[in-house]
Amino acid sequence: MIGRDILGIEDLSREDIETILETAERMQEIGNREVKKVPTLRGRTHINLFFEPSTRTQTSFEIAGKRLAADVVNFSVSSSSVTKKETLLDTAKTLDAMDPDVVVVRHKVAGVPHRLAEVLEAPVINAGDGAHEHPSQALLDMLTVREQKGRIEGLTVTIIGDIAHSRVARSNIYGFRKLGAEVRVAGPPTMLPAEIEQLGVKAYTNLREAIEGADVVMALRIQMERLEGACFPSVREYAATFGLDRARLRYAKEDAIVMHPGPVNRGVELAHELADHRPSVILDQVRNGVALRMALLYLVAGRGGR
Amino acid sequence: MTPPAAPGEAPERVHAEDPAHALPPESGGTERSGRRSGRVVLDDEAIRRALKRIAHEIVESADGTDHLYLVAIPNGGVPLGRLLVDNLESLTGARPPLGILDTTLYRDDLSTRGSRPLLRRTEMPSSVDGRVVVLVEDVVNTGRTIRAGMDALMDFGRPSHVRVVALVDRGHRELPIKIDYVGKNIPTQPGDKVVFRAPLSAEGEPAVADQDGDGPTRVGTLELSVLEADGEEGGGR
Repeated sequence: MIGRDILGIEDLSREDIETILETAERMQEIGNREVKKVPTLRGRTHINLFFEPSTRTQTSFEIAGKRLAADVVNFSVSSSSVTKKETLLDTAKTLDAMDPDVVVVRHKVAGVPHRLAEVLEAPVINAGDGAHEHPSQALLDMLTVREQKGRIEGLTVTIIGDIAHSRVARSNIYGFRKLGAEVRVAGPPTMLPAEIEQLGVKAYTNLREAIEGADVVMALRIQMERLEGACFPSVREYAATFGLDRARLRYAKEDAIVMHPGPVNRGVELAHELADHRPSVILDQVRNGVALRMALLYLVAGRGGR
Repeated sequence: MTPPAAPGEAPERVHAEDPAHALPPESGGTERSGRRSGRVVLDDEAIRRALKRIAHEIVESADGTDHLYLVAIPNGGVPLGRLLVDNLESLTGARPPLGILDTTLYRDDLSTRGSRPLLRRTEMPSSVDGRVVVLVEDVVNTGRTIRAGMDALMDFGRPSHVRVVALVDRGHRELPIKIDYVGKNIPTQPGDKVVFRAPLSAEGEPAVADQDGDGPTRVGTLELSVLEADGEEGGGR
């Protein structure tokens, strides 16, 4: 059974993940209705608590809450003013006094959603914490792969980019591994943490080898603010070595799909021609994100019997 | 359009011609719990016969099948809805559309439960606007599922009429809901369970009566189980 909070894919069992994906698959139908709303969370309060700006994830959660008829409140806090523990707990107490039924949290520091889950009455959904986890993104990625491929078990998934600093990569590694896929990661050595293979993945610094025979190729967004740091010398060098384009995609299986959590740096991690058309499924990922977040809210928000 | 048969009449008819009614109570219990004793209240044959009669009643009261739209409530309503559509087609030559409508997201008890029920499939192949929509359910008891079904239906448009088929009506209504077409009225105690057991396909969905007609496909049986202690929630709400 799904627990009270959704904090990371690491905590979820294979069965939990499958329940979430199946629930999301049922939710997809609501998006095709003329009236895209069901009364399930009527009278429930859903707070988006974002300490880090994120238009896409926040909008997706907001639409998901609204399609379930919850009252959605966006509580945005500038991250600079809330880095001390006291302030965070004060914020949590303030929130609790408003009696929400679910709190969706994003924070640049890993572990903040877990700390909030300990002190808040309401269930907490992690919408991304530092370089730790981004469970709803990984779940929508799994939902999209299942939709496109009909299965996850036995597939080969290659994730390319800054693996060391990517919560999307981490959550996807846990998720795809739990569902029986082979996961490969690729990037410059400075972006591949030494202990990454302990998570059951194979690490590559050669893009061609990493892509060879893959069913799913996922390019991660390169964080521009890290670009001029120590990780690699230049955008151009990264694009030349690890940028995905049609020519490189030929090493993958013929029916391989291309994914990206967005927003895309065109011409850096993904070539222009790949960003817009098949085999890219980037817009399917966005569409599935709403159904997937509806499933999470349905499964945890305002449950009785606590 | 003529109104549907008064609910009091139809069950009497089934009652008289229903062979299952004459079956002695079986004390076999169900496979999952030794605390229950169960008996079959409608067998495959009786279910088929009841659906055939209901198809006639639907055609009569809807004045043909032109505007009919059958909407089955999963899981139990789905194999019954398929059989009803088959019957309606062989009766009139026209096959009304069949939709599947999950009512879970419209339930009134979601906030009092500790965990959320799994969702079932919804597939509404055509618009309900101006249609005579017939909701198909296996067992109706409190009427709460039908209430949820009607609310869900309204989110898909504005039917001209909404009718309800129940293979079994247990009668412990908690809401003012009337069943228009009843397979059989079965007097029960509130703690009883009436379970529709349809043969399941490999995916766990109720098996589809196959279209190619390779002999008759089993529809299922309705079992009345008497619980000796409070058990988990079952069908027939």
